[in-house]
Formats: sequence, structure tokens, C-alpha cells
Amino acid sequence: MAMSRDEILQHVQEVLLDALGVDDNEVTIEATLMGDLGAESIDFLDIVFRLEKAFAIKVPREELFPAESLMNNPEFVKNGKFTETGLTELREKVPHTDLSAFEKDPDINKLGDLFTVAAIVNYVESKLNAT
Amino acid sequence: MRWIWIDKFVEFHSGRRAVALKNVTLAEEHLHDHFPGFPVMPETLMIEAMAQTAGILVGEAKKFQEKVILAKIKKAVFFDYARPGDTIELDATIESIVSEAASTKGKITCAGKLVAEIDLMFSHIDQNLGGKEFPAENFVFGSNTSVFDSLLRDVLAGTKQESEAN
Repeated sequence: MAMSRDEILQHVQEVLLDALGVDDNEVTIEATLMGDLGAESIDFLDIVFRLEKAFAIKVPREELFPAESLMNNPEFVKNGKFTETGLTELREKVPHTDLSAFEKDPDINKLGDLFTVAAIVNYVESKLNAT
Repeated sequence: MRWIWIDKFVEFHSGRRAVALKNVTLAEEHLHDHFPGFPVMPETLMIEAMAQTAGILVGEAKKFQEKVILAKIKKAVFFDYARPGDTIELDATIESIVSEAASTKGKITCAGKLVAEIDLMFSHIDQNLGGKEFPAENFVFGSNTSVFDSLLRDVLAGTKQESEAN
């Protein structure tokens, strides 16, 4: 199914409107899910379920939101910051996410800022192109 | 003791769908205040009834090995009242279920008329919250409890009849 980036964004926005109960002008491409849109942990699963339905794709949770599994590994995170090894691993796991700002200060508390609307659109786009 | 807010299941398809009944009666004290002279079942308690119907369905899907808690009310829209003397039918379907959580869709009807649409999400809390431990005694609803059997009495009797007929 060929879908333009704009169409994907539109569907992702609809998913986020329903899942998070936010206004449509809040769901901008650069909005962060937790900081700007107030998503909590259960919302991430809700979003995953809704994306699967909206795009008829399978979304393994650790693929779209892999941070938790990395954070518990002492090799990847030291003193609340990602190590070089950790960053390399993160880059591999989240090719759909822009890490340039995070790399300058890889504080785990800022990990939430990585989950943006853009990251979801990128992820869905790569998933649809792969099939 | 666990507070049970549905009366019985009339259909139970493991991992997929369950239908339960709840009788609304004026003997429920809160109806005297909700509202004086105009008793109607509070909408919050309709959500509770759906949460129990869908929650038991989700719990049974994993053979009651997970601690299932209501995590999110995705949708709750009400179209009509449920009044004393009414029997409401709660129809819950599992939409998605994974190791950490499940999402369900639900409809409440009364004599065939739509009363509410309630979609929920449940969390399997042992699979979440970073391995935090929870006391087992808060989750007494095991597959071998007599409460579950009693809620399922009609369904179990039906299955027995079917197997005897075959």
C-alpha cells in the first residue's frame, strides 16, 4: 500500500488524538509524546495497538519504544547517562529517531524527548516501505 | 472478599468475547441518592461492570496467571439510562492482547437497546513497572475460585449439556 508521508502523518495524528485525547493543533510533527502530549506508559501500548490497526502492520513494542530494555543494562547506562556503547546500541535500535540533540547530553531523563510524532511517522514509513 | 458487580456470564469464549448480565435493583442504596425520585445506575458503575466483565475475560485468557488491572478508559459514551428492574447486558471483546497488556471493546445494552459503549485497557502489572512486586492477595480471582464458577454457572451448564448430547 503506497502512502505518502503526509497521509501517514494524518493517520498518526488521528491515532494520537484518539489515544491521548489532545487537540489536533497540539499534534505537530515535532511534538514530544510525553512532554508535549502528556503520554504515560500505558498510552504507549494503546498507541502501538492503534497503529497496528490503522496501518495493518505488526508493531513489536521494543522496536518502536525500545528505551526501557536499554536503560536496565549497566553497560549502556552509567550514572544516569548513556555510554558510548549505549548510544551506539540506541542508534541501531531507533533508526527512525533523530538523536543529534540527545547525543550532546545523553541524560536518561531526556530520553522521553526522543519519542516525537516525527519518530512515529518515520517508523511507520519504514515499516510500510519494507512490506 | 472481592466486590463482584456483575451477576453472571451468559457467554464466555476464552480469549475472545464474554457476555455478562447485571440486574439493577432499587435495593442498591446509592440509587436512592442518584437521584432522589429518579433512580438511575451511575455511569461510573457501568464502567465498573464492564471493567469486571472485560477484566475477567482478559484474566482468563492467560489462565489467571497475570495480575490484571484497569489501566485506561479509552472510551465511555452513554446513550441511555439503566433503571431499577432493568437487566443490562455487558458484551466485551478482546481487541489486542500481548504479554504486558490488553485492550477491549465493549457494549452495554438493555432489552436490545444500546446503553453505552466502553473501551478499556488492562495492564498485566507484573510485566510492567520495572519488576516491582505486588502482593498476591489483592488479586484473589484465580481460576479455581468458587466465585468464578458461580459467575459462569450458566455457561458451564450449557457446555455440560452440549457434551452430554454428543
